[in-house]
Amino acid sequence: MKCTEFLKELTNYLDGALDDRTKSDLEDHLAWCHNCYVVCDTTRKTIEIYRDSELYPLPEDLRGRLRSAIMTKCTQSKKSGPQNA
Amino acid sequence: MSAIQPNISEQPLSEELQLVRAAKQGDDKAFEELVRRYDRNVFRIAQHITQNREDAEDVVQDAFLKAYGNLAQFQEQSKFYTWLVRIAVNEALMKLRRRKPERTVSLDEEIKTEDDSVPREVADWSPNPEQMYNQAELRDILTRTIQGLPPGFRTVFVLRDVEGLSTEETAQALELSIPAVKSRLLRARLQLRERLSRYFQKRASGDGNL
Ligand SMILES: [Zn+2]
Repeated sequence: MKCTEFLKELTNYLDGALDDRTKSDLEDHLAWCHNCYVVCDTTRKTIEIYRDSELYPLPEDLRGRLRSAIMTKCTQSKKSGPQNA
Repeated sequence: MSAIQPNISEQPLSEELQLVRAAKQGDDKAFEELVRRYDRNVFRIAQHITQNREDAEDVVQDAFLKAYGNLAQFQEQSKFYTWLVRIAVNEALMKLRRRKPERTVSLDEEIKTEDDSVPREVADWSPNPEQMYNQAELRDILTRTIQGLPPGFRTVFVLRDVEGLSTEETAQALELSIPAVKSRLLRARLQLRERLSRYFQKRASGDGNL
């Protein structure tokens, strides 16, 4: 397996979406190719860091304001009759 | 997965679907519960796409309002959340186009990058990259890095890797094919990795030359 082939399957590999045969080919490659090993390992870390990062939290006070605005508008739209989208 | 109402249909209804059906019948409390369930996700997705706090607030309102008005059209073949995300993504893209008309913003435009080649001179990261910075610094690095990706890439990454939608759900929500989702996801992941390397690589102290 070449590095380019490895890279093509990287996303499937990280997502656990490979058949056993392809997976073991990839792991053979990882065993001797340091570059791909690092790419794979740091890509996995990239995903984990973003997954755990909680960027853009919604503050509770804003959350409450948005929700009551939404519900008010929903009720109004109902009163004004069915809309034909 | 508990079978709460075995006599209504052959399959037990998911809690979410029960709420959706109640909301369809006019139960606003049920709809409000759906808002509570997903408002944080919608806000996060909208922020990632629009990169603007005010726009994201508008998107949250508009998306839920649209979902409310079109609930009758929701087919129940997909998850309500996937359907809602699709509405929210469209609203967010509209905002983005309005704000940045000079750049065409489309999810299905083919994004050409020739860097499918294998990254060279890959530097390994320090073992605990998150601990190299304090929380505010880290947040800043992550935000700026993901903002640098084209919208079509960062949206796929956010839905798939941050929000945890499956490949199929992401494809549904963005109206893209599964291969398109996969190729964008790969590129998004690799580009983010590359850009984060600047911040997270091992600080040189004799462990260089590969
Ligand atoms: Zn390799």
